[in-house]
Amino acid sequence: MATETQTPLFTSKELVTDQEVRWCPGCGDYSILKQVQTVLPDFGRPKEEFVFVSGIGCSSRFPYYMETYGMHTIHGRATAVASGLKISRPDLSVWIVTGDGDALSIGSGHFIHLLRRNLDVNVLLFNNQIYGLTKGQYSPTSEAGKVTKSSPMGSVDHPFNPAALCMGADSTFVARSMDRDPKHLQSVLKRAYGHKGTSMVEIYQNCNVFNDGAFEIFTEKGSKKLETLFMEQGKPLIFGENGDKGIRLDGFKPIVVDIAGGASANDLWIHDETDRVKATILTRFFDNPVMENHLPRPFGIFYTEERGTYEDGVNEQIERAQQKGLGDLDKLLKGRETWMVG
Amino acid sequence: MAGAQQLSSVVIRFAGDSGDGMQLTGSQFTNSAALIGNDLSTFPDFPAEIRAPLGTLPGVSGFQLHFSSEAIYTPGDICDVLVVMNVAALKVNIKQLKDGGTIILNTDGFDPKNLRLAGLTEETNPLNDGSLDKFQVKQIDVTKMVRELLKESGLGVKEIDRCKNMFVLGLLFWMYNRDMTPTIGYLEGKFGKKPDILKANISALKTGFAFGETTESFAVTYEVNKAILPKGEYRSITGNEATAYGLIAAAQKANLSLFLGAYPITPASDVLHELSKHKNFGVRTFQAEDEIAGIASAIGAAYGGSLAVTLSSGPGIALKGEAIGLAAMMELPLVICNVQRGGPSTGLPTKTEQADLMQAYYGRNGECPVAIVSANGPSDAFFAVYEACRIALQHMIPVFCLTDGYIANGAEPWKFPKSADLPKINLSFTTEKNSDDKNKFLPYLRDEKLSRPWAIPGTPGLEHRIGGLEKQAVSGNISYDTDNHEFMVKLRQEKVDRIADYIPLQTLDSGEEQGDLLILGWGSTYGAIKTAVKQAHNEGKKVSHAHLRHLSPFPKNLGEILKNFKQVLVPEMNNGQLVKIIRDKYFVNAIPLNKIQGLPFKVDEIKQAIEKFV
Ligand SMILES: Cc1ncc(C[n+]2csc(CCOP(=O)(O)OP(=O)(O)O)c2C)c(N)n1
Ligand code: SF4
Ligand SMILES: [Mg+2]
Repeated sequence: MATETQTPLFTSKELVTDQEVRWCPGCGDYSILKQVQTVLPDFGRPKEEFVFVSGIGCSSRFPYYMETYGMHTIHGRATAVASGLKISRPDLSVWIVTGDGDALSIGSGHFIHLLRRNLDVNVLLFNNQIYGLTKGQYSPTSEAGKVTKSSPMGSVDHPFNPAALCMGADSTFVARSMDRDPKHLQSVLKRAYGHKGTSMVEIYQNCNVFNDGAFEIFTEKGSKKLETLFMEQGKPLIFGENGDKGIRLDGFKPIVVDIAGGASANDLWIHDETDRVKATILTRFFDNPVMENHLPRPFGIFYTEERGTYEDGVNEQIERAQQKGLGDLDKLLKGRETWMVG
Repeated sequence: MAGAQQLSSVVIRFAGDSGDGMQLTGSQFTNSAALIGNDLSTFPDFPAEIRAPLGTLPGVSGFQLHFSSEAIYTPGDICDVLVVMNVAALKVNIKQLKDGGTIILNTDGFDPKNLRLAGLTEETNPLNDGSLDKFQVKQIDVTKMVRELLKESGLGVKEIDRCKNMFVLGLLFWMYNRDMTPTIGYLEGKFGKKPDILKANISALKTGFAFGETTESFAVTYEVNKAILPKGEYRSITGNEATAYGLIAAAQKANLSLFLGAYPITPASDVLHELSKHKNFGVRTFQAEDEIAGIASAIGAAYGGSLAVTLSSGPGIALKGEAIGLAAMMELPLVICNVQRGGPSTGLPTKTEQADLMQAYYGRNGECPVAIVSANGPSDAFFAVYEACRIALQHMIPVFCLTDGYIANGAEPWKFPKSADLPKINLSFTTEKNSDDKNKFLPYLRDEKLSRPWAIPGTPGLEHRIGGLEKQAVSGNISYDTDNHEFMVKLRQEKVDRIADYIPLQTLDSGEEQGDLLILGWGSTYGAIKTAVKQAHNEGKKVSHAHLRHLSPFPKNLGEILKNFKQVLVPEMNNGQLVKIIRDKYFVNAIPLNKIQGLPFKVDEIKQAIEKFV
């Protein structure tokens, strides 16, 4: 719909920096970078208004490859750095790039607070279910029993379910996409940009060196259709080789029904991304795909909600205070009670 | 009043349960002293627990006030008057009272229950065991009188008992010939919406005053005249207020928005509280989820072009270490206020100490020098933090501003400056490409100060990335080159050292430029050192005093000054920190004088040390 998009003020090419990209060949990060560079010009906003803030990790090298303003900060703290930037500069479009370790392990404290405060920023959570940069230890999203250098007998940890965690933290925009589906990722990024509030986009990203194929079952042709569920607003939840399977809600229990086998399409669950309860159930479609009778893994937008942003609240208070009169430094220094000497 | 006895200075210590309102009593009395024009200095001494069990020793809260018709610099070594609401307060504070001093005590606080709570019995009751013989003891049953007075007030016993402190305050106002009006005004402001409580408090205040007039045990009143201070208009100010105002003033003078990212911690929180009141100056205070988020958010705000500040005390500063390193690598302006308290770990949260100097100097991974300034008293915190902001902004560097619990909560009169008289803070954001051919923006191209340009997001054409990885000189691109790293480490040190070209030379606070003994101080030891040196001078002793504002870098002439003395004595409320840095840097015979009791130095302690040398 070319008429609707604004004339770009810059091209995708202009977003490429002179820095050599240092990710391993074949890393899923390349695709994510490409999709971000593809959609950004469509937003009709000058390049200098974008700031990419990252923590530490392979994924967090991202800002060096974006010809915008950017900060490569410290492990886990990108969310907090970005918060200060956005509160003080609400005019900017602030993007946080983080990894599963960065956001959900060392930075988990800041991550949940960002979500509840609802600053108008976009979070790109590159989930590769591994610590890439430190060469392959299990992460808080690695499946239990994961064998890595630091868990030779398998990890004992129960993993986080990032989307469910975000629902628990009262996030106002929760989405999931994947590196291997450029069109889908682009559409989710656009929605994330359009959402006023913290937009949390979990992106399944393949680390082909330390966790190759972690999401293969969702991303590769042979299994994708059967194992994934692409949620679309107002549409029934349908998946399967030929769209022949659907999800029906039995009370609060999601059930896979076989449309081809005669189940009525009218009974299917219609996706409503503004329904918190249903979104919460959808984030719980998190079964290990090796389990029998498991539910498909949802992609797209689980949930959106309009809620005032933190920075608007802060700035509204400042405006209100200033309406009663701008601060007068001499008055402040003088205080309420003074006395004269001499 | 006829027959009022003239005194030049008085030290009163108010003490009671932390629920007894002693801090309020003390600060109201302070206010009255200020309005009369006395010079004054206060020392609130809080318990660590907000409400430790009633009547117990750990629950005692104290407030010491020194007011005088002469210039004074400390809250006083020893008290003339001790006001105690219970026996625990007496037991904790009696050491601080001079022989022959006056004790005003609430007898109800010496009943069997209170004795037991303070670990005493009827036999060891100080009222009966003769231990108070060398003092003048005024026993008043404040509780009983106030309950009697307010029995018709409609208030419950608890609320009535809360008015006891006003009775005591009224009595002291009478003793020292003070006007009750400002306190009545204060009460009206505080309890305006609760008329019965307001009435009860005013009534207790006035009754205390009248009690002084009518009872015979208080035959004498005293008068402490206004002090001869430099001419001008004064107000009373605490160190934490001064810190908040200094930050606002610097932001105004630099024409920037002020951003504070902080997490509450004693004794720093009051700066956060104060700043959050002044949104009409465009101040943004962000109460973060922890101290790391506090500093991280400030770094984000600094990149965005705010005057960015983080604030904490030692434990919180420890958490900020990694992020301070990030700010140093990014070469962003950042002010880090540390209101020091007793450490390590949780240590003595409500007590004062100067033990975080090494932390400010060295407390980060890698070679990470930063600038450090310190305040020497409550009102001086304004100028110290103002200077910290100036250095941070003009040199693009993180700067520590060190105060401590004693400065933070202490109050003194302040001849406050006019905003027009404050030094300008010139700076500008970079808006043009800066390479030779004007074709590129080089974020790490330096000026003569070795400072780099500040280009903020939103500026067209200057898009650039900064981060914590080692960077190539000039371009700021990531570089793992070994020679470059060594070069950059030395450069960042040189950048700090070069600040010395832009700060005032060190001067002596008093004494001659050469001699046997120099006392070199920093921070809140100022008042005690100054007073001790003054006394020594009056006795004809030769000793000089220099007090440091800039701790990193030191003023350029400090080495010269030090070499003019045979010995340098360095008093510190720690186990010897500045003294080590001075010895390391200047190879001089610097001798430590340490006090590590969570309490400020007494004048006498410094005086005795001087006497050992001269
Ligand atoms: C304070 C601190 N602790 C540890 C590290 C080491 N470290 C760097 S990245 C990383 C994990 C990165 O994992 P993730 O966030 O998933 O990013 P990925 O590399 O997988 O993209 C760790 C442990 C560090 N840089 N800083
Ligand atoms: S280690 Fe993994 S995540 Fe990191 S760059 Fe290589 S492939 Fe990508
Ligand atoms: Mg990872």
